[in-house]
Amino acid sequence: MIRPIKIIPLLFLLLTAVAGKSQDVNILLAKVKFNIDKVYDYKASARMITNVSFLKVPDADVKVYFKKPNKLKIKNEKGISFVPKGAVSINLNNILSGGKYTAIDAGKDKIGNTIVRVVKLLPEDDNADVVLSTVYIDEAALLIRRAKTTTRTNGSYQLEMSYGNYASYGLPDKIIFTFDTKDYKLPKGVTFDFDDGTQNNRTAADKAKTKNGSAEITFHNYLINKGVEDAVFK
Amino acid sequence: MWKLLQIELFKISKRPRTYIAFIAVAAIVFIFQFAFKADGQSYMDLMLQSVKDTFSFDRVQAINGYFMCYIILNTLLIQIPILIALIAADSISGEANMGTLRLLISKPISRTQIILVKFAAATIFTIFLLLWMAITALFLSLLIFGAGDMLVFRSKGDESQILLITRDDIMWRYYAAFAYATVALTVIAALSLLLSIFAENSIGPIIATVCIVIVCTIISNINVPVIDKNVKPFLFTSYLVGWKGFFYIGTDIDGKTIKGSLENWPAIRKSLLILIAHIFILVSAAVVVFKKKDILS
Repeated sequence: MIRPIKIIPLLFLLLTAVAGKSQDVNILLAKVKFNIDKVYDYKASARMITNVSFLKVPDADVKVYFKKPNKLKIKNEKGISFVPKGAVSINLNNILSGGKYTAIDAGKDKIGNTIVRVVKLLPEDDNADVVLSTVYIDEAALLIRRAKTTTRTNGSYQLEMSYGNYASYGLPDKIIFTFDTKDYKLPKGVTFDFDDGTQNNRTAADKAKTKNGSAEITFHNYLINKGVEDAVFK
Repeated sequence: MWKLLQIELFKISKRPRTYIAFIAVAAIVFIFQFAFKADGQSYMDLMLQSVKDTFSFDRVQAINGYFMCYIILNTLLIQIPILIALIAADSISGEANMGTLRLLISKPISRTQIILVKFAAATIFTIFLLLWMAITALFLSLLIFGAGDMLVFRSKGDESQILLITRDDIMWRYYAAFAYATVALTVIAALSLLLSIFAENSIGPIIATVCIVIVCTIISNINVPVIDKNVKPFLFTSYLVGWKGFFYIGTDIDGKTIKGSLENWPAIRKSLLILIAHIFILVSAAVVVFKKKDILS
């Protein structure tokens, strides 16, 4: 029989270890946030490729504007672009905003050849739209490589980021933003369409794909901390 | 023939009803333009209600001159046959009503020439009406709303799609669509001309043409498999909206639009050929019937 006197130090050690790990991820998150916080605003040129089953659109040249704390706008200045509403989350500040979350270490994973630390972020606010965020952090480079977010009202979305020249600011060169989307339905009777005889041979797998969409944004250049007018975000 | 055609065009230009069509087109176009200028965003909201929570886009830019023209054509090209019938159905029956038909065929011109000239005059009227539509619905809309990328909302089988055509890839599609519409509406002119041979006044053929167009349009839009297979392919109204095919832009395997492409050119070409065949059959029938007709009026 193990005496209580022996269990107490064991429990203490265990709790210390867990608390230590949490402290580790909080330090890691603080370091990541330090890089991101260096950016007060930016303006970037980018190419956006939208991949949604019901949207037949060309690639678009867009401008991405950001201003602290959480203003983000994607604009196609030469035409029309459908911008996923959840795309504001490409601003990583949104995920790490204010540190109002509980960070839980979820071990390690691998993205490509990079070992990453998986950290789950639970919002402290019970009524927050975000239910859970999971970030995959490259500990060596202090960069978020992947982020998954589950929300109450807007489904789930995922960010995959690759970095280049602006890694020191925590700004990616390329983002693949995957999001949930509903099937598009035109209101009945508003169009008289030309039946050209082409069939929709959509399989169940194809139909399942319509539940997801993605937008791939490749940034060409950033103008960081040069000031961005508030009027841009209206 | 040229002299005869000039006389026919002169007669058409002197009829007040000719201008009813132009006034009606202008009135409908202006009402559309006013409505969309005042509250076009409500229409956009209606069309995009199922995805408005997922995507944001610039609604102001989306309601531009190209989009307006597409919406107007979508509505008007169903009603325009009635306006064509007003003139074409009067071709022979109007002469019979006024008592000038006997005089006309007593001239040293063949009955075939009379029909062909009447048909050519109705076709020229159709072209002028479509040119008027292009001026009011396209060019005036571009002046009022400006140019921009164009959105096309489309149902394809059980799927709905949103197509985006960039502004530098639109104008040629309109030229092609108006050319197609000319052929499509010439079928109506040919039908009205044929029906006008059987009547002594123009009301009967006008009403008959309108009824045929309405009934066939309704059947063309019924989605029942047995009708889809066995009836629709034989109705000219199934091909009247073929002009829209020029706005169904081709896409690659990833769904990315390809500039300057059409999704299904063979289908448009086939529709065009079917419409031309209709014109040929209807005008030939008009010639045959008119040749055999006893002129008693």
